[in-house]
Amino acid sequence: MNELAISAQGLTKQFKTRGGMVTAVENLSLRVTPGETYGLIGPDGAGKSTATRVILGLLTRTAGESSILGFDSMADSYEIRERVGYIAQQNVLPADLTVMENMRFFAGVQCVSAEAQKKRIPELLAFAGLSNFTNRLAGRLSGGMKKKLALACSLIHEPQVVMLDEPTLGVDPVSRREFWSLLGDLRAEKGLTIFVCTPYMDEAERCTQIGLLYGGKLIAAGTPTQIKGLLPGHLLEFTPAQFAAAQQRITGMEGVLELQTYGEKLHVFVDDVGARKAQIEMALAAEGIAHDDLREIEVRMEEAFISLVQQQTEKVGV
Amino acid sequence: MSNGTGLDPQQPIVVRNLTKKFGDFVAVDNVSFAVNAGEVFGWLGPNGAGKTTTIRMLLGLLHPTSGSTHVLGLNSATQTKAMHAIVGYMSQQFTLYNDLTAAENIRFYGMVYGLSNRDLRQRQAEIIQMAGLEGREKALTSTLSGGWKQRLALGCAIVHRPKVVFLDEPTAGVDPISRRDFWTLIYAMAKEGVTVLVTTHYMDEAELCQRIGFISQGRLVALDRPGRLKQTQMRGDVLELNVSNPDLAMRILKAAQQSGQLPLDEVALYGAQIHAVVPSAEAYKEVLRALLSTAGIEVRSLERIAPTLEDVFISAVNAPA
Repeated sequence: MNELAISAQGLTKQFKTRGGMVTAVENLSLRVTPGETYGLIGPDGAGKSTATRVILGLLTRTAGESSILGFDSMADSYEIRERVGYIAQQNVLPADLTVMENMRFFAGVQCVSAEAQKKRIPELLAFAGLSNFTNRLAGRLSGGMKKKLALACSLIHEPQVVMLDEPTLGVDPVSRREFWSLLGDLRAEKGLTIFVCTPYMDEAERCTQIGLLYGGKLIAAGTPTQIKGLLPGHLLEFTPAQFAAAQQRITGMEGVLELQTYGEKLHVFVDDVGARKAQIEMALAAEGIAHDDLREIEVRMEEAFISLVQQQTEKVGV
Repeated sequence: MSNGTGLDPQQPIVVRNLTKKFGDFVAVDNVSFAVNAGEVFGWLGPNGAGKTTTIRMLLGLLHPTSGSTHVLGLNSATQTKAMHAIVGYMSQQFTLYNDLTAAENIRFYGMVYGLSNRDLRQRQAEIIQMAGLEGREKALTSTLSGGWKQRLALGCAIVHRPKVVFLDEPTAGVDPISRRDFWTLIYAMAKEGVTVLVTTHYMDEAELCQRIGFISQGRLVALDRPGRLKQTQMRGDVLELNVSNPDLAMRILKAAQQSGQLPLDEVALYGAQIHAVVPSAEAYKEVLRALLSTAGIEVRSLERIAPTLEDVFISAVNAPA
């Protein structure tokens, strides 16, 4: 057990609401080895934050077990707090404190000695690219800089594991990439275990292992390549002139495994590119539907996620 | 694109030499572009780049320091009222009344836009159908899920059948399946001739736009179709490396980048892979391979890959002015 950085078995969390019991996380099991960058990926309301908080011991669990670095989430919360950094989703840094004061504040909360602070704070500020902003009020930092400061504060006690709940939410793509570059440095240079929740499907590609969470349940887990490999067949893309007519014609055709809409384009999963491409082209021609070239494209995490969710809903529907 | 010549005043959205200064700060710097009728146009850029300032000027909520914006031939700054009657606007806040039902929200917006009772009844039915809200007409808006709220907000924004629609981050916080449905609606509108200008932080959605304008530090740095941007705007090539020890390889490449030994625009971990942006794949493939092999790292594959739109934007943002 001890070689796992994070572990959960059959973890379930229910909340009482006015409308009755709601299961936010259902029978979640995951194993994260040290040095891994684990992504818990899913849309809003999937249960990512609840799962993270239960694993951290901030919420009680209804059933199952979970631990970090071998310490039980419920029983050993002090040991966990000492060894784990956390950025909450609605993470709020004291806005009326400067960057430096924020660092000192969090150092104080984590009981970091004055001597250690002197060494670590400048290092962390340099790492986060904030060395020139030590006197700026946190409230006056840009969105991306606030996230970097939050990351620096979460590392002040030199944790072995960091748990980041949607650390890039609402941040633009440039700042998102800078943030992930910092996470890459932590992984490559310090061997830190990183657990990150995100609704951005493209961020899954940054992780070594991912779990797709939907409706409180883990619907798939593995490396990004493995997850994309779960999809059946090959993916064809094209733009029809008459969208609805094309969609209707192709649905249910032999060898068509799944149809997804993509703006003005259609994404068609087929069992065999050579055979089906010609069939689809003929069917469209027979209906008089003009279109651009049908081309095979690579499956991205988003297509995989949508497909897996659709399979899941179909299973439940039957 | 700097002098605004060649812009057709007939186009539904025309931005000409647009500049906005706040004191000494130039938020929008001599931006010109035009959007075609029935086009889905992505207006992208980092936070603080001037994206929202441009939209505010297009909507007539802010006045330009110099230059002009025209929507459907009307000057945004001087013919604001007439323009508002024929454009739609949806913000990421989904400005819906939570304590009204779905149908009541539609009727409320219809009345604000002065629709007749008959027109209102017809539009309500159309919008309920478009948003997939049949059977939920009487549901309180607060009880609807994110995807439904989003489609209802779009319906309210287009209750008066506008010819131009501005969507400011309309899909923030909505799940991927609802986002796909939403884009199907956007294209259904465009097919009927509605012109759409949309902002988003999701790169997969940027790919969905027919054309993209990208603004950085107030300047328009790229304007083209997504596919073309990837061919023309990327400085350097992206290499994808599969190696035996990615963490160690990353440290070595980073060190080489920082010491100036290798001119890497960027080097980053992508799960078990590493992406490195080099001036040219041909010239640097073997250099990288040799560097890593010397350190005892096995290079399993080293391929040039197509840049993503995000790669292109990062490259545009970091380009020397």
